[in-house]
Amino acid sequence: MLFKKTRELEAQIDEYLDLVDRGAMLFMEGIRFYFENRKDEFEQRMEDLRRTESKGDALRRLIENRVYSHTLIPESRGDVLGILESTDKVLNMTSDTLLEFSVEHPGFLTELNALYLDLARATTSATESMIKAIRQYFRDLGAVRDYINKVYFFEKESDKIAEKIKRIIFQKEIDLSHQVQMRYFAYHIERIADEAEDVCDRLTIATIKRHE
Amino acid sequence: MVWFYLLSGLFLGWSLGANNAANIFGTAVGTRMVKFKVAALVTGVFVILGAVISGAGASDTLGDLGAVNALAGSFTLALAAALTVTWMTRLKLPVSTSQAIVGGIIGWNLFTGSPTDFTSLTKIVSTWVASPILAAIFAIIIYQIVKFFINKTRIHVLELDIITRFSLILVGAFGAYSLGANNIANVMGVFVPAAPFKNLNVGGWFTMSGTQQLFLVGAIAIAVGIYTYSYRVMLTVGNELYKLTPITALIAVLSESLVLFIFASQRLEAWLIAHGLPPIPLVPVSSSQAVIGAVIGIGLIKGGKGINYAVLGKIASGWITTPIVAGIISFIMLFFMQNVFEREVVHATDYDLSQVVIERLAQEKIPVIPLEKLENKNFHSASQFRQTLLRYHDWDENQLNIIFKFAKKDSFFVDLSQVPEKVLKDNLSDEQYAGLKKLNGRAFGYKWQFNNALEKANAAWQPLPGRNALLYNDDLQKKKMFVYRIFKVSRQK
Repeated sequence: MLFKKTRELEAQIDEYLDLVDRGAMLFMEGIRFYFENRKDEFEQRMEDLRRTESKGDALRRLIENRVYSHTLIPESRGDVLGILESTDKVLNMTSDTLLEFSVEHPGFLTELNALYLDLARATTSATESMIKAIRQYFRDLGAVRDYINKVYFFEKESDKIAEKIKRIIFQKEIDLSHQVQMRYFAYHIERIADEAEDVCDRLTIATIKRHE
Repeated sequence: MVWFYLLSGLFLGWSLGANNAANIFGTAVGTRMVKFKVAALVTGVFVILGAVISGAGASDTLGDLGAVNALAGSFTLALAAALTVTWMTRLKLPVSTSQAIVGGIIGWNLFTGSPTDFTSLTKIVSTWVASPILAAIFAIIIYQIVKFFINKTRIHVLELDIITRFSLILVGAFGAYSLGANNIANVMGVFVPAAPFKNLNVGGWFTMSGTQQLFLVGAIAIAVGIYTYSYRVMLTVGNELYKLTPITALIAVLSESLVLFIFASQRLEAWLIAHGLPPIPLVPVSSSQAVIGAVIGIGLIKGGKGINYAVLGKIASGWITTPIVAGIISFIMLFFMQNVFEREVVHATDYDLSQVVIERLAQEKIPVIPLEKLENKNFHSASQFRQTLLRYHDWDENQLNIIFKFAKKDSFFVDLSQVPEKVLKDNLSDEQYAGLKKLNGRAFGYKWQFNNALEKANAAWQPLPGRNALLYNDDLQKKKMFVYRIFKVSRQK
């Protein structure tokens, strides 16, 4: 009785995190299909991701409303909602990035394909670890740190890969416009990991606050 | 007239509600876990229940400190205490009504020249130090247990939130109940002998005694105080001293309630004695001091950085000024009451130093040579007696207390034919009754003489030695008080 509404809300938060997690996986699949030149499958994953994203938006608003209207967790609700909102940004960014692939149809140097895939894999890993860290925040504060460390690791990795891509691009004797476009896509994929890192910075503070 | 005098008690009740309710829900409301409206409702209801159901009997220690024996005196000191607590509430400081009342009683003692019982005073004042320390220790222990438990069970934040809320209300209700049971004596205790209520049968369900009705009225005044004015002090307790989280708020209230329970539970005392452990004195302690102690305990275990020492200093200085200010206000108002409004603030009590008294005092190792000059003189008030005594010798307060105790004139006449046998047999053991029978027809001029005669009559009236006999002796003392009351000859006869 007492826990009925709480359990519902818990389930909603879990569902929301599932959406972000699925978003990350769809993003990875989408990128893979793009580089394998399987355009139909790419477009389908992009559509799936856009749907997931708008579902995530709606669910996040619902959760925010419930937490505020029932004055739940008054001490940490600011932190929790802040974390959920910045997680939403990660989801939005994955969706936006795939959309840009779909709109611009950028052509890449074949030798860079493997690096772009590595970059996408690193950012996806960062996002997945971020989701795990958030889930632990709700139940086991001691475990949050382990996952946050993973996020920081993958973010560093994505930085390194992106830098490598950019260096290679600008050493080539090709159009500046093409160089800029290729760099721009490396930058966009890399930014997803940066955003996941920001979420984890917030999460670190929130965890310390709850440890008190 | 009684109703008018009762007003100051109601005022004191209101100020208690305005101030002390904060100790129970201050932390919960301060952390926004419980809404003020809910907190006020729960506290109000449970304070009333506690006061009416188990409010009787907590005033013993205050009674020992000084026996305020005239209604106008009670009125004045309740008013002095109420004014002090209200003033402290205006300053948003959590203070103790017990402290204000103790200050008021000492003011009355000073004004009327009655001696202050230093043993009781020490006992009370030592709990003012002990209860915050004890609460802090409890808070630290409970904090460790809760932390371990939360880490082990990995409970979801939201579920923890609901459990904490529910527990806060539950523990708060328990705290409110003990506050009512404990502190109603401060508010209404002095009016019990003059209660204008008759026993009342409520719909054939249960009967409310006059005292319970008096306590009900007082508790309603407390509830009104909670609703109208307690919010400000709640925020001081809950927010300003140390930033509490909901769970630490719960720990604070739990520690506070445990301290109140320990100092008020006769069952716990009995258990401790039965297991050969040292008993804890049953003294009404201040919930304000307990909760502040608990909050400090939590602050300390977390490194002590977050404690607002300026606010703590302000609160602690309030604890020192409260009894002093209440004492001074009480003294000044008693002066006006007696000399301007010509009200009797103290019943005349007679003292004399007859041969037997002086002999008895010699047994108590009081130097009696200065007293012999006063032999067989009568004194009609405590202040007159005190002044005269001090003129002949430089007595200390403890010696004065002993002299007052034995020189106080009383009048007892044991006439068993005047009392229905059933009344005595219902209240006394067979042996005690047999002992009392031996004294039939005898008269006593002092209470201690009556006591001596009882103890000589048979073993059933003798206190037992040793710590284990504490409860037995307490009970014996109550039986003696009962006998004194029955056979006392009032002066009008």
